[in-house]
Amino acid sequence: MKKKLLSVLLSTAMVAALLVGCNNEAAAPADPAEPADPAAPVESDEPVAEEGKVLNIYCWNEEFKSRVTDHYPGYVEVDGTTGTIGDVTVMWNITPSADNAYQNNLDETLLGQADAAADDKIDIFLVEADYAGKYVNTDYSLALSELGITDADLANQYKYTQDVVTDTNGNLKGSSWQGCPGVLIYSRAVAEEVLGTQDPAEVQEYVKDWATFQETAATMKDAGYFMTASVNDTYRVYSNNVTSKWVEDGVINIDANIMNWVADSKAMVDAGQTNTYDLWSDDWSKGFYPDGKVFCYFGPAWFVDFSMAADAEGSIANAGQWGACSGPQGFFWGGTWMCPATGTDNPTLVKDLILTMTANDDVLKEIVVDDNDFTNSKPVMDAMAADTSYSSKVLGGQNPLGMYCAGVETIDLSNLSDYDQGCNEEFQKAMKGYFEGTYATEDEAIAAFYAAVVEKYPALSAPQ
Amino acid sequence: MSKAKKGKVVSYNKWGYIFLIPFIVVYVTFQLVPLFNTIYWSFFEYYRDGMTQIGPNVVGLSNYIQLFTSTDPNVPTIFDYTWNTLIMWIMGFVPQIIVSLLLGSWFSDNRLRLKCQAFFKTVIYLPNLIMASAMAMLFFTLFSESGPINSMLMQMGVLDEPFKFLYNTLSVRTIVAFMNFLMWFGNTTILLMAGMMGIDASLFEAAEVDGATPTQVFWRITLPLLRPILIYVMITSLIGGLQMFDVPQILTNGTGEPARTSMTLIMYLNKHLFSKNYGLGGALSVILFIITGILSMIVYKFSNNND
Repeated sequence: MKKKLLSVLLSTAMVAALLVGCNNEAAAPADPAEPADPAAPVESDEPVAEEGKVLNIYCWNEEFKSRVTDHYPGYVEVDGTTGTIGDVTVMWNITPSADNAYQNNLDETLLGQADAAADDKIDIFLVEADYAGKYVNTDYSLALSELGITDADLANQYKYTQDVVTDTNGNLKGSSWQGCPGVLIYSRAVAEEVLGTQDPAEVQEYVKDWATFQETAATMKDAGYFMTASVNDTYRVYSNNVTSKWVEDGVINIDANIMNWVADSKAMVDAGQTNTYDLWSDDWSKGFYPDGKVFCYFGPAWFVDFSMAADAEGSIANAGQWGACSGPQGFFWGGTWMCPATGTDNPTLVKDLILTMTANDDVLKEIVVDDNDFTNSKPVMDAMAADTSYSSKVLGGQNPLGMYCAGVETIDLSNLSDYDQGCNEEFQKAMKGYFEGTYATEDEAIAAFYAAVVEKYPALSAPQ
Repeated sequence: MSKAKKGKVVSYNKWGYIFLIPFIVVYVTFQLVPLFNTIYWSFFEYYRDGMTQIGPNVVGLSNYIQLFTSTDPNVPTIFDYTWNTLIMWIMGFVPQIIVSLLLGSWFSDNRLRLKCQAFFKTVIYLPNLIMASAMAMLFFTLFSESGPINSMLMQMGVLDEPFKFLYNTLSVRTIVAFMNFLMWFGNTTILLMAGMMGIDASLFEAAEVDGATPTQVFWRITLPLLRPILIYVMITSLIGGLQMFDVPQILTNGTGEPARTSMTLIMYLNKHLFSKNYGLGGALSVILFIITGILSMIVYKFSNNND
């Protein structure tokens, strides 16, 4: 009997040991990076005394990693998720943002940040504008001033990029290497046919404000074209130009300009001038081809270069048949901000990364030239805009940078709240129901919107 | 002497309990404790606001009240979500049980002697092997506005312009029900067939000798003797139906479009997990638990009454 018990115990112990063994092995790749560092260039000019040996960066895709790999001096790539800077190992924790997975992961790690071992602490995490407030308005992110970064260091950046990551007390808590001002992108062929011109300055006259935009939409409809592919195309142009926040004192608030979007969009949908497709759906992207019969889209530089099917034979972008003009109002779309995490054990390196990647004009210029990004430096972008040798193939040889530069100056993002992501998503969803007629009235759709937001953020309440 | 023998017997019995330990440990850790935890937390305000943990504060029954009442008559409550779930389950289950009974009786009928039985049994079971999410993605693509179904219907002249299948209450519910039917009728067929093959063949022979028609045999012999299996199928399918999630979630991208008329109870529960709202989520789970219990009881009683 005892023998049997003993054998059970022993075999259990063996299995347990095996599992532990697996675990160790899985964690192992982290370590060999360190013995390898004599081969890497050692930066001896900085007194990196007593700082951590591991730099943890949390992000949701490869973009920032490739920027650092290509442009940060001294960064050596080891494998897909690790690299070294001097004798510090850089660990990339990449979690896709689909279904909120990135934020869920980041939240849990940040909540455990205080108790984590020094080498496991997050040093830098990346955020997007829609939810930046959720992090910068807490103590989990560190003010840049505490790292010794001054306003003068970041003086060349566009103001809106700093609005996004400024907390309610006015502390700047992040920095971005990108600017993402957008323009109206129109089909040259349709403009020529319907409006009789394809010159950006003249087309701009037809879309210079929302009233004119609506009139042009009617003209387009008569000629058999959709003005935009979806009502959601114009959404962010309206939502970037609000004068109040989504949430005021815990109560949900719908800005007047957002209601303008509802009224304008409902009229356009009812008149058959546009549709209610979700962004990125197949139906929505039909308009990238001539058969889609769409007059215009709204988007920033990355959208023009990477998202309009420029590689596909037969697309409008492939033929260079898009044109760009400023459109009714300035707006931005996308962008990534670096935030230093409270408790980082590599403050010197974090500071240097932020300064090099987001405030060094030489590096930022390199990024424009190599990667076609619109970078976060006024002098660099103004110089590029004046450069006649720079032109966009998708836009038929037009240099749109001047337009981006003009648009970016008008963006004012002082009206961000911590709940923007959920509010924007749920509002578009509810209004789609109204446009499609599943909600009979606007009030019904708004009631559904309030309910959905309260469901997502139980701390908020609907206005009485 | 006799004492020693008795001791030996007892020590053998002990092994039964020892072998049960793994199950009990797993069950208690992963089922029983969470079950009681869920009930416990359902009386608390307990969620996360951004990075801030709110609660747990005792709030009594307010989570339950919140689920059953609504601020606006147009905003759905838990009654609507229960109805959505049940209607989609019934729309899928009725054809499923009919087709399965029919196929089961054909497959197990000795006089028909269907050829390639193994092949057909495999084929009807195959849809169940595809992941529900993959299936939902497939139907999403098929029925989208510029998808193949719409272009086919337009080419055949049935429609003049694309029909928004995914933005119409009836069509979304039908698509969900159809997918559930497609995925589960094979499974049900196999179960019912097993039940039918377990019926004593001499009963069928006796009926044949007495001159009963196949219809009479089916209604008078097969069905009554199949009842235990039928009840099992009904209850498991009901529980599965109440927990319907993956198919409508993927098909409507989590929105339960249009206007939440295809949002099931579990999809609604999932909405509360965005803010880790354990209070409200717990209350919803408890209600779901009660509904499942009541409905299973009704099915059980109803099916046993005719004896």
